[in-house]
Amino acid sequence: MSILVAVVFWLAAWGVNSWLARSRFAGLRAVRIAIPALFGVAILVLWQGVVTGLAVPEVILPAPSRLWGAIGGNLPVLGADFVQTILKGGLSGYVLGSVAGVLVAILVDRVPFLRAGLLPIGNFVAALPIVGIAPIMVMWFGFDWQSKAAVVVVMVFFPVLVNMVAGLSASDRMQRDLMATWGASYWQTLVKLRLPAAMPFLFNGLKIAATLALIGAIVAENFGSPTLGMGFRISTAVGQLALPLVWAEIAVAALAGSVFYGLVSAAERAVTFWHPSQRGR
Amino acid sequence: MKAGPVLGVLAVIVALWYAGAVWLNAAWTYDQAARNGTVVTFGGLLADTMAQERPVLPPPHQVVAEVWKGMTAYNVTSKKSLVYHGYVTLVSTFSGFVLGTLLGILMAVGIVQSRTLELGMMPWAVISQTVPVVAIAPMIVVLSNSLGFGDHLGVSNALVSKTIIAAYLSYFPVLVGMVKGLRSPDQMQLDQLKTYNASEVQGFFKLRLPSSVPYLFTSLKVGIAASLVGAIVGELPTGAIEGLGARMLIGSQFGSPIIVWAALFAAAALAGVLILLVRALETVVVRRMGVRG
Repeated sequence: MSILVAVVFWLAAWGVNSWLARSRFAGLRAVRIAIPALFGVAILVLWQGVVTGLAVPEVILPAPSRLWGAIGGNLPVLGADFVQTILKGGLSGYVLGSVAGVLVAILVDRVPFLRAGLLPIGNFVAALPIVGIAPIMVMWFGFDWQSKAAVVVVMVFFPVLVNMVAGLSASDRMQRDLMATWGASYWQTLVKLRLPAAMPFLFNGLKIAATLALIGAIVAENFGSPTLGMGFRISTAVGQLALPLVWAEIAVAALAGSVFYGLVSAAERAVTFWHPSQRGR
Repeated sequence: MKAGPVLGVLAVIVALWYAGAVWLNAAWTYDQAARNGTVVTFGGLLADTMAQERPVLPPPHQVVAEVWKGMTAYNVTSKKSLVYHGYVTLVSTFSGFVLGTLLGILMAVGIVQSRTLELGMMPWAVISQTVPVVAIAPMIVVLSNSLGFGDHLGVSNALVSKTIIAAYLSYFPVLVGMVKGLRSPDQMQLDQLKTYNASEVQGFFKLRLPSSVPYLFTSLKVGIAASLVGAIVGELPTGAIEGLGARMLIGSQFGSPIIVWAALFAAAALAGVLILLVRALETVVVRRMGVRG
């Protein structure tokens, strides 16, 4: 019965979405948010219906309603883990790594030898499985959040570096010549022309780095962690078969990741409002 | 690309690495010397920091020696062999890569063909990548164990879970690249097909699909690297004893940094080889399609 209800709801949601997508409101901002939201709600309803309808054991997949209960019942634990993993490990590493990436990119751009030598290496390293340094960082910096931040710094550094170097060469010859005719110094050209021109590229790197940062922070907890943190909690809760708690942690991680990415995107929109890809929204 | 500056920078990195090894490993040397009541000379310091059992930072030659030993000293089927562990990781990388690529292409086709799917699914595809997959990894392991997918397919459950994790990481670049690629034919080309009275399906196979190939290969290079990361990450929470990720875990648990570094280098080499393979495939396919240059 509940499966039937869920399927009917799913089909109805699909119908509404198709109509919305074709209608003349499709360009509206609210509709652009409403369609994926409805899509997501439909999946949740389908999930709930199938789990209760088929009596799927909780070990395999708890229903969304159980999950919601688990989130509400474990708020202090979830909050402490969030602070430990996302804020202390992830965010501090993200900021440090991004700043370092931007500074080194400016240096690389200034020195032709580094540009020819360091950039190919940076490109190569950016494609490597850098998460592998997690055990080394844990050996060096101990079990607490410092080692997680160190992993994140290294993971974030290379995508930011590579994109920022590409961005610094984004302003074209004519624009730079114009700055020269105005007698602008290197720093003036950098601050007034080349850094703003590099911003779309930088944000591209920052968005890639945002997802990497959380992966790094959580993976590093597998190699040693205080009795705190999302990665630690998930692996111990799986061991105790406390699966609603595991799913609650996953939900928090998902939410944190999406919000983090959303914040970077919002900053991008505010900073690069002039770029063609951001116009007309 | 000139090799000179690259080699120069590499030489500087190696030099810094050696200096770092001396600096970081010195504490242990002084500690031992104080315990034995001997005095450390500068030469003795250099010699000792280069050849410690458990260095803080192993110097490059120790890592290279360990990789070499791991590759040649044992039978390739032995559990001590890096070739064996690399092979285990490679298998799940490939299976995840194939699954992820297929998934990415299918979703891209759906998104290009259906406006509802585009508006409804694309935001969720983006969100799926902002969710740290490692958080889900242990659950994927539990699920594939309790549902026993592997038993039905005749492979180990560990391989199934690693495949899913690798596919999860690698489908997204393919999806984004393919959406861009399938949309790359311009209006003039689409109009021309219309004048030929081509159907939607013909237009898809004769125009959209071929024009998406360059985009596909660009994404495949990103995808295979992501797939390798997924395979390694997938080995961590599974308590796996085989694979490069498991090797890192073992090295860190036994406090033996050289093993970790060797596994890291093996993984890096594997990533390089995989990207070169995709690039070679790209050259062949692009040439077969008649593109010169």
